[in-house]
Amino acid sequence: MFMTGNEVIAWAALAADADFMYGYPITPQNEIMHYWSRLAPHFGRGFLQTEDELSAGFTMLGGVLVGKKCFTATAGPGNILMQEPVAMAEMMRLPGVWVIQQRGGPSTATVIYSQQELRLTTTGGNGEGLRIVYSTSSHQELFEYTLKAFNVAWKYRFPTFVLGDGYQAKMRETVTLFRPEKRGWEMIPAEPILRGPGVPCIERDPVHLRNTFNIEEELYETLMKHVEDYERLTPEVVEWEAKVRADDTLLLVAHGIVGRAAKDAAERLQRDGWPVGYFRPVTVRPFPGEALRKIAAANPELRLLVVESAYGQLLSIVKAELYGYANPLETLLRPGVGVTTEEIEETVRRLEKREG
Amino acid sequence: MSAEDLSVHRGILENLNMPVSWRKETKPHRFCPGCGHGIALKALGEAVDELGILDRVLYGCDIGCSLLSWDFFNFDSVQTHHGRTIPVIVGAKRARPDVIGIAYMGDGGGYAIGAQHLVSAAMRGDRITAILANNTLYAMTGGQMAPTTLPGQKTATTPYGREPQKSGAPLHGPELVAAIAPPGSYIARGSVGNYNQLKQYLKKALENQLTGSGFSFVEVLSACPTNWRTNAKETWEFLRGKMESHFKVGELRVPEQQTGGEEN
Ligand SMILES: Cc1ncc(C[n+]2csc(CCOP(=O)(O)OP(=O)(O)O)c2C)c(N)n1
Ligand code: SF4
Repeated sequence: MFMTGNEVIAWAALAADADFMYGYPITPQNEIMHYWSRLAPHFGRGFLQTEDELSAGFTMLGGVLVGKKCFTATAGPGNILMQEPVAMAEMMRLPGVWVIQQRGGPSTATVIYSQQELRLTTTGGNGEGLRIVYSTSSHQELFEYTLKAFNVAWKYRFPTFVLGDGYQAKMRETVTLFRPEKRGWEMIPAEPILRGPGVPCIERDPVHLRNTFNIEEELYETLMKHVEDYERLTPEVVEWEAKVRADDTLLLVAHGIVGRAAKDAAERLQRDGWPVGYFRPVTVRPFPGEALRKIAAANPELRLLVVESAYGQLLSIVKAELYGYANPLETLLRPGVGVTTEEIEETVRRLEKREG
Repeated sequence: MSAEDLSVHRGILENLNMPVSWRKETKPHRFCPGCGHGIALKALGEAVDELGILDRVLYGCDIGCSLLSWDFFNFDSVQTHHGRTIPVIVGAKRARPDVIGIAYMGDGGGYAIGAQHLVSAAMRGDRITAILANNTLYAMTGGQMAPTTLPGQKTATTPYGREPQKSGAPLHGPELVAAIAPPGSYIARGSVGNYNQLKQYLKKALENQLTGSGFSFVEVLSACPTNWRTNAKETWEFLRGKMESHFKVGELRVPEQQTGGEEN
């Protein structure tokens, strides 16, 4: 199939047995809603266009609470408003899938190419950023990680994100759609958290969810249980893509669509005999820090070149993850603009030449 | 719930003089003495009992003193964020029309920070029951001005009295909602000063959801002696005198005939 990224996501949600989408229009995610609202009635699924993103997020949590697989999609300033429902979901351990098609900030700025929502999507909100965020780099990944996001969200009960961008949203490319069961992927069903079976008080206790705590220690204990769960799931969930050889002297580090350009650049340069590898975190939260540290530790001389369409958002994560490591760091930071394979190649050639 | 189950359960609670749907383990409740929230929720509990819908209700409460009711009832409940109770209940109702969704909030939650949700749910005719306690101020945060603060009323942020020229006149919520809600909506303003009437309004608001007729909204004139800094007599006078003369109690929209059938 040859289609846009937004269309791919609508089909993926359908294949993941999503019951309901709640959403508010914002470019570049609009077509997810368009395709979904066209498909939904034919498959017995629901759609609600809400009054804003606060409502899209909170109505979605309402649907999740009563046992439906729900999702929403947004971008930019909508992502800011989304942080409030996400904060509630984190503390109440409510699943849900958020698709973010990043755009250049603030409102209304640009809508095609940006990675400026990395920080917001991974750790926005007044909490500890207990979410799972997949940063995709192709339409095939948009499809497969959207499917996966539904499973991971309902398995671990943390908010789960598919982090794309306007370029992936609007571009057309080839993708193979499939029914998950055909590949042996088992989709985890949603269960009601509230209003499940049984008469409260007679067949079961009523369920009362809250986000109010009487004392600091009570909040601390609840939160630390979530943190423990999050740390336990981290090794099961982290994903990355890398190719580094023992004698490489430079490692390109990039995520999402820029990660794709970096991978292309590294492969081309490798073919030409340059000692260049690449590392692309697929989960940007939790971050595959362990894997990156292993690479860094294996060669303390290995220089990292962090490339992103933002001014140091991935860079600050990489720095934190490599605290205590002596590997030199270089950057190619292009906030809100596209980064091409050629630009990365050129930067690498310049850097490597300069050093010798 | 079967009639038999209900009567067994009723038997257990009968002696306590509480609605069956009240959770006795969490009583006495956490509201201040003389607070209107407890009375409004008693009326709600009795309305749920009389309709026999305890096993269908999903109750959401806001941030504000209404949050103190997060474990108040014997039905499933969720305490949401400030102003966001209506969307949570709307989302649940849209996804599961069999659920009877109740959103309970204060006037700050419903008329200020969450006003867009109230207006939009009403405009869409969402089949939920929204109940808003109007105590003329923000109680939980220490008695600041609310959209409903009366002209001249002293609050923590209008220490010399509310001046309508500067901060607007009190918002008349049910009148606002009545102006935009589609046919089939039930809209009323009751008062904790008239318990039986309030209970009837709440019951009708739930029935309106049960029949799938439309959006239901009841504003409850409530009392906050703590932030009003009033004794029992003054509280009563402020509620029944000042508030009830400014905010007219009564039904604003009653669907002509509740048609029955499926909710959606
Ligand atoms: C987003 C946000 N802003 C502000 C607050 C602080 N806050 C908590 S309760 C409240 C006001 C409550 O007033 P009201 O809704 O009238 O309910 P009442 O306490 O009077 O019953 C506010 C402003 C908050 N919790 N969240
Ligand atoms: S502060 Fe006012 S509204 Fe809150 S519980 Fe006390 S009396 Fe009731």
